[in-house]
Amino acid sequence: MTASATAIPRLPDDSWPRRISRVLFAHPGLLLFLLIAPPLAWLGIIYLGSLFAFLAHSLFSIDGFTGQIVYEVSLDTFDRLLTAANLDVIARTVLMATAVTLTDAAIAFPIAYYAARYASPRAKAFFYLAVMLPLWSSYLVRVYAWKLVLAREGIIPWAAEQLHLTWLLEAVLGIPVIGGATLSTSYIGTWVVFCYIWLPFMILPIQASLERVPRTLVEASADLGAHGGTTFRKVILPLALPGVVAGSIFTFSLTLGDYIIPGIIGSSRPFIGQVVQSLQGTAGDIPLAAAFSVVPILVMAIYLTIAKRLGAFNAL
Amino acid sequence: MRSERIGRPSLGLKLAALGGIMFLHVPLGFIILYAFSTEERSYQFPPPDLTLDWFAVAWGREDIWAAIGLSVQVALVATAIALVLGTLFAAALFRWRHFGRDTLTLLVILPIALPGIITGISLRSAYGLAGIDFSVWTIVIGHATFCVVVVYNNVIARLRRSSPSMFEASMDLGADSFQTFRYVVLPNIASALLAGGMLAFALSFDEVIVTTFTSGQQQTLPIWMLSELIRPRQRPVTNVVACFVIAVTFIPILIAYYLTRDTHDVSGMGK
Repeated sequence: MTASATAIPRLPDDSWPRRISRVLFAHPGLLLFLLIAPPLAWLGIIYLGSLFAFLAHSLFSIDGFTGQIVYEVSLDTFDRLLTAANLDVIARTVLMATAVTLTDAAIAFPIAYYAARYASPRAKAFFYLAVMLPLWSSYLVRVYAWKLVLAREGIIPWAAEQLHLTWLLEAVLGIPVIGGATLSTSYIGTWVVFCYIWLPFMILPIQASLERVPRTLVEASADLGAHGGTTFRKVILPLALPGVVAGSIFTFSLTLGDYIIPGIIGSSRPFIGQVVQSLQGTAGDIPLAAAFSVVPILVMAIYLTIAKRLGAFNAL
Repeated sequence: MRSERIGRPSLGLKLAALGGIMFLHVPLGFIILYAFSTEERSYQFPPPDLTLDWFAVAWGREDIWAAIGLSVQVALVATAIALVLGTLFAAALFRWRHFGRDTLTLLVILPIALPGIITGISLRSAYGLAGIDFSVWTIVIGHATFCVVVVYNNVIARLRRSSPSMFEASMDLGADSFQTFRYVVLPNIASALLAGGMLAFALSFDEVIVTTFTSGQQQTLPIWMLSELIRPRQRPVTNVVACFVIAVTFIPILIAYYLTRDTHDVSGMGK
């Protein structure tokens, strides 16, 4: 023991801390129970309890006349869910989530690849912070930033005018379905903002999986005569795929449930989250809101099953 | 050692990586620029003129101070709850040798894995069923639920890297469980706790989706901002507040990064 260290007193064997200590040591199960009971109670009762109570409402129906919930188990509500208009909403949301995921993978890969394979330790720290800061900084502030960029009198229309490219902007806005009066009231705007907000969630897992590709493997591939492109396609890409799938879990699931982004930037045609919100709020139709909520959960369950097969969980 | 890396990055790769990073950061710069704009009715670019007046206006707005006060209060309490529950959960799962480990892990991740709107509405209807009126506490319960995972991630990563023999040695040398916790375990996980706490604070301070469902009349700062986005009054004031939010969330994140930088266990997965 060094001179500066103070001795910690050993309590008498019959003192309470030591007695409790002995009991816990003799019964590791009891200790484990005491550790896990409080968080399990919180998550299991408060969180899971309310979650199941809410989702169970999808099995009840609403009386069309009185607007009261009828507590009888039936599939009526799911019947109402499967109308053409609602299926439209679901298809629109899933398509958007797919487009956002693919775009984010394309933008994220070069960043992750550069950071994982070429960046010096200092540059690596810079990249890490450059990705982490937007990830943890305010979601609303970042959505708001795009309002400034995409608005009718905002930055992109201004830049287009300066570059004499207004015709191009108008051509893009003129595309049926995804276009609109301005960028901030079109699907294009919604898509850009979704891609922007979730991008860090795609970069981090891809970078993690790329960093785990052994350098010897890449060297071996080069020694065996493969040139850069072949090594990339046959060695690096397959090994990085779990990272891409892991990232896509986040981009896909977050897009499925978001209701604020399409509400602030986008056309008036709603996404799942917006429908759930208005059903819960103004319409007061909790059973249908619950049935709608089951959709993203089901889609994600299917997605996660596929992702697990592709080994995405080891890349998280 | 750069010379050991295979090949050099192509120009295309460099540009794509740089472009991606710019894409992440440039919009935030515009937020700051617009806080100085003299134009308050539209998002006109370039701003006609620059002024510092909006900082004074924002300073004098009571509603902003009330929202900041509530947000800090909620974030502090939610972080405190999350620190206790997250550490307990990590300690338990670290020792868990029974079946059901994956299910327990899923349980702690679920609140951030499921869309916030589902968590929010579930809590709201549970409050309704239980007859609980909206208050600061209904917001805190929602926030603490999804903050647990952040603390859990940081603590379990640290525990996995510490050697169990150290804890055993402490017991062998005559320390009881409480002393081992106080003098061996706690110093070991302290910086992970601090990092987890900072991130939980940032997460709570910024949360809007769950809060819209679990607050009644109270406005946290993000709720205030959301209402300004939907019905803008003095647009540059919103930008001033946004600048403030950027500063307040960047600082804890930077500190959390430096606390855990050797280990890279600031597990930022999921929000």
